[in-house]
Amino acid sequence: MVVTAERTPLYEEHVRLGAQMTNFGGWLMPLQYTSIREEHRAVREAVGLFDLSHMGEVRLKDDAVAQRLLTRDLTALRTGRVQYALLCHDDGGIIDDVLVYAVADGGYLLVVNAGNQDSDFDWIHSHAPDGAVFNVGREWALVGVQGPRAVGLVQRLTPSALSGVKYYAFIEGRVADVACLISRTGYTGEDGFELFCGNDDAGRLWRALLEEGQADGIRPAGLGARDTLRLEAGMRLYGNDMDDKTNPLEAGLEWTLSLDKDFIGRDAIVRARQRGLGRRLVGLKMLDRSIPRHGYRVLHDGRPLGVVGSGNVSFTLGYNIAMAYVPPALTEPQTRLEVDVRGSAAPAEVVALPFYKRPHPK
Amino acid sequence: MPDVSGMRFSESHEWVKHDGDTATIGITEYAQSQLGDVIYLELPTVGQQLDAGGRLGVIESVKAASDLYSPVGGEVADVNQELKDHPEYVNQDPYGKGWIIKLRAIKDNPKLLDQKAYDDFVKGKSPT
Repeated sequence: MVVTAERTPLYEEHVRLGAQMTNFGGWLMPLQYTSIREEHRAVREAVGLFDLSHMGEVRLKDDAVAQRLLTRDLTALRTGRVQYALLCHDDGGIIDDVLVYAVADGGYLLVVNAGNQDSDFDWIHSHAPDGAVFNVGREWALVGVQGPRAVGLVQRLTPSALSGVKYYAFIEGRVADVACLISRTGYTGEDGFELFCGNDDAGRLWRALLEEGQADGIRPAGLGARDTLRLEAGMRLYGNDMDDKTNPLEAGLEWTLSLDKDFIGRDAIVRARQRGLGRRLVGLKMLDRSIPRHGYRVLHDGRPLGVVGSGNVSFTLGYNIAMAYVPPALTEPQTRLEVDVRGSAAPAEVVALPFYKRPHPK
Repeated sequence: MPDVSGMRFSESHEWVKHDGDTATIGITEYAQSQLGDVIYLELPTVGQQLDAGGRLGVIESVKAASDLYSPVGGEVADVNQELKDHPEYVNQDPYGKGWIIKLRAIKDNPKLLDQKAYDDFVKGKSPT
């Protein structure tokens, strides 16, 4: 069987920039351009530019269906605002984590994980009347501009006043004369924007941001840096830190649940809470130089009782970190655990999430 | 261009250079570019015996952990301690200050490639 990875409208830009490409969720994406370390640092200290066009978008025009499928109460979500929420199965297992945009012409735009976009759409479609849901991910490009200099950079390229666009809010406007949905969101732990535009305009927007950003020390950043950045920020990655066998409470996502409304999976989640959870996601700080990775076992006094969801080096903090599932009795900060790294028990301790918070949040 | 004269190469992308009765071992430019940012190396201790083609240690990049293999056999005579604090030397200078270990009492490996053969081997792998 030959599986052909899809290309984003920015594929040629990545090739021109010498990116190392990788298949992620069925999409051919830049893993890195020069160095994950340098791209990570650029986002923490200056500004980084990401192609996120692989992300899926699902347009859902039926408010009642949205309210029934999403874990979070949407009645208070005003037009122009964004919320992080989940889609769950009847048994409470997580189907996907999504951003919900309350758009001006009614209903919602859901931004979903690249590898889930078609299965998410099918699932939503199966719960919605005809004409209420559209799979529009391949019609939209998405460019992330993230870092302490991101807001200033985008502001220089748009007549819209961005100071009025709060975190988790969005406006429609023009950036570099390209019609965009300008969203103050991100997956890096830094301030910045995610810019949605039509596929045909993506190259023009990308090149304009790279050129204008030279003065800010901008770097194009690949999925490698995106992963080390989001891990420091304690942001879960679907497929690594949660999947359809994970209950949102286990993943530490109770804040995304409106248990006083009826949504698919609610009853199972409430029952799981009453029964008591078997495991919870915690942060781990490694106490030696070992690098914890997805799937490595977590030990307590030599006994295996947990597993790493995501782990890597933290370039910002200077030590190695992981998010891992462990029994609830072992979730207190400073609890000593070990990670089985190729047969050696590497010492670790539980720490609060997120590992990294940006110094001056706006 | 880095000086790779006198080096021979393995198909698992290590290089070896003989100097008297010791041999210095590292990974190739191609290997470091494929691994990306190196963040940690798990290496043998001085005195340990390695077989030609046997496991030498583990190199960890941001992307993944990969096994290292010894292109020749011998006894570990020295380990590059600088890499503990500067694993990025492997990326910056894989044939120079990014060297990994030195062996003595060498047992040679006739299956190694010369530079021309290794370059052809790598070209055959490249995705273009």
